[in-house]
Amino acid sequence: MGNEEAVFFSRVLTELTLSFHIIYATIGVGVPLMIMIAQWVGIKKQDEHYTLLARRWTRGYVITVAVGVVTGTAIGLQLSLLWPNFMELAGNVIALPLFMETFAFFFEAIFLGIYLYTWDRFKNQKRHLMLLIPVALGASFSAIFITIVNAFMNAPQGFDLVKGQLVNVRPIIAMFNPAMPTKVAHVLVTAYMTSAFVLASIGAYRLLKGSSHTYHKKALFLTMKLGFVFSIAAAIIGDFSGKYLAEYQPEKLAAAEWHFETEEGAPLMLYGVLADDEVKYAIKIPYALSFLAHSSLYSSVIGLDQFAEEDIPPLYIHYLFDVMVTIGMWMVGLSVSYLAGMWLRWRFISSKWFRWLLVLAGPLSIIAIEAGWWLAEVGRQPWILRGIMRTSTAATTSGQVDTMLWLFCGLYLILGIGSMLVLWRMFRRNPVEQEIADRRAEKAGDIKWTLK
Amino acid sequence: MDLEIIGITVLGVFLFGYIIVASIDFGAGFFNAYSALTGRQHILTKVIQRYLSPVWEVTNVFLVFFFVGIVGFFPKTAYYYGSTLLVPASIAIILLAIRGAYYAFTIYGGLKHRRYTLLYGLTGLFIPASLSIVLTISEGGFVQLERSGPVLDYWSLFTSPLSWSIVVLSLTSVLYISAVFLTWYSQKAKDWGAVKLLRRYALGWSLPAIITAAGIIVEMRTHNPEHYSRLLELWWMFGLSVLLFAGTVYLLWKRIAYGLAFALLTGQFALAFLAYGISHYPYLMYPHLTIYDSFTNEAMATALVIAFIAGLGLLLPSLYLLLRLFLFNKEYVQGNRDDHV
Repeated sequence: MGNEEAVFFSRVLTELTLSFHIIYATIGVGVPLMIMIAQWVGIKKQDEHYTLLARRWTRGYVITVAVGVVTGTAIGLQLSLLWPNFMELAGNVIALPLFMETFAFFFEAIFLGIYLYTWDRFKNQKRHLMLLIPVALGASFSAIFITIVNAFMNAPQGFDLVKGQLVNVRPIIAMFNPAMPTKVAHVLVTAYMTSAFVLASIGAYRLLKGSSHTYHKKALFLTMKLGFVFSIAAAIIGDFSGKYLAEYQPEKLAAAEWHFETEEGAPLMLYGVLADDEVKYAIKIPYALSFLAHSSLYSSVIGLDQFAEEDIPPLYIHYLFDVMVTIGMWMVGLSVSYLAGMWLRWRFISSKWFRWLLVLAGPLSIIAIEAGWWLAEVGRQPWILRGIMRTSTAATTSGQVDTMLWLFCGLYLILGIGSMLVLWRMFRRNPVEQEIADRRAEKAGDIKWTLK
Repeated sequence: MDLEIIGITVLGVFLFGYIIVASIDFGAGFFNAYSALTGRQHILTKVIQRYLSPVWEVTNVFLVFFFVGIVGFFPKTAYYYGSTLLVPASIAIILLAIRGAYYAFTIYGGLKHRRYTLLYGLTGLFIPASLSIVLTISEGGFVQLERSGPVLDYWSLFTSPLSWSIVVLSLTSVLYISAVFLTWYSQKAKDWGAVKLLRRYALGWSLPAIITAAGIIVEMRTHNPEHYSRLLELWWMFGLSVLLFAGTVYLLWKRIAYGLAFALLTGQFALAFLAYGISHYPYLMYPHLTIYDSFTNEAMATALVIAFIAGLGLLLPSLYLLLRLFLFNKEYVQGNRDDHV
């Protein structure tokens, strides 16, 4: 295998692993927070439905966490296996957050184990809820540290480059690079948003399939409220991300927006296709790109004309941008209309077609997450470490990457199908109506026993 | 003390931790599968699952710590080991992934099938075997430096008696460590049927474990004379280690103090591990890579050490809580409580 092939297959394998891992990772970051909120509401209102919600979500969460952990281990090792030259260089500057991530993950793993096996152990329910805080914190901090590493790849700093050697390394400066605030915030908030909508999908699906239990209605209402808050936050942070790109990675912004010529008062292109270097069928929003980039309608936005051909990312990232932004906006609209409908008692929100739209919310959010990460990663090309190291020089020279690619394809297929089947069976065999009845019977039994 | 030494010590701690907890885990899976095959599953399954359930995720983290840490402290290892280990490490990842995920699927998801029990048991043997290749490679002679980068010579790896001895050692010690620990654990669980069976396994695997370990030292004489002579200089550490081994076997034989027996076993492996580590110094991979020429810069090393200390401050109390609630909690261990979600 020539080295070009090794680079190509290394990229494909990394893309595959990341695309698969990110689904479980996103759920893994967001769902603990949702469980925490549900359990807290349950204690506060003394409403067993919310407690049961927390309990059932936790059961599903364990399955996704398991897949998240093992695929996370995979990507962690693949960084060194597929990109040894990159890790040799980057390890000198950005190893700190990677190392801290394992601590956060360790912390989460320990308390998740405790939380799972102590559901009825404490008299005071609040104590049990406290055990979830380290789980949620650990999950979110894992995301923060790993995103810091990714931010560093986009905006490397905290070292000097002398004759190809990194000197005068400042690990903390490297962590707090310019890409870090927007990236970290965006990743966290979209993880919470996606998790809320995924859980909302489940509630909506149960309602659609004939169950009219208040349990599902409460679940849907709670998750849609949370989804609304986080989707608004995601949109605002998305705007800040645009401003960051304009300042520090103008080529990424220009490629994503098909902004070819540097100009003042630049319009924002939405949709459209690129045929023979010409943009067709696009919606042009006048001045919007200037506003996105610099908060002013007339400011100048750097176009692709300022960059050498070999430094420009592939232009198809515009489609990824479209997908991400469209879904994001759709989610804001959907949750607003649902909440307004609940408030004003509009009837359409309990209609079949609207519930189907709610069911779609979860899968769509996951598609948006995928598009967003593809945009982030492909948009950084041709660099693996922007301005310092090209992807083509970072990869392994091993000749067996293609075989490994097939092996991992098989692995993800097994894990993907396995986890879905298990989740499906788990909740089908023990529907919520049944569990509520069982728990009541159990409680009644306890009381009888104490009276004796 | 040199930062390099501190760095390799930190990594050594994680690696040793992984060797012990993962061995228990791998062996437990194997014994479970073996007892299913021989129709004795009812004796072992309960006690094994009660131990594994709350800790399986923690086991994995030790490994992640080690490989993230080694690239942090010694970035050049990414270049030397990353390029050469693609195939064996990928296979280990895939097996670990299937093992971990299907463990959760069966325990939490109610996916019960003999097939998974057997698969789980088998991966417990294949994973240590594939991971042990790293140890073999570090002895040198299997990696050629070509113009494009370091390349692993599979032919000499697979035909070398050293690599097969290390594979066998990894298997025997996994089964031995696991059996001794589980004997103790089932005694705490007051599960006498399991104690009886596991004690037999422990005694059965003790001799193979010590013989294969001694065999490696002999292999080293021809494979890597430099390392061999350094190993011999530390004869007293290995001697102490053998004494501890004898203590474990004696206690098991006499059916007394299984907890102490496991403690002695940990001491035995710790001493041998330490002696092996010292004799390996300063090489990370003979003869290409030492801890000095692969070390990161001072600023990063200091930051990592500080992060390590701060992290331990957070983790040790949490680990203590985990052990107190499950491993050393009578009610839980004896199966009187099951507060699973």
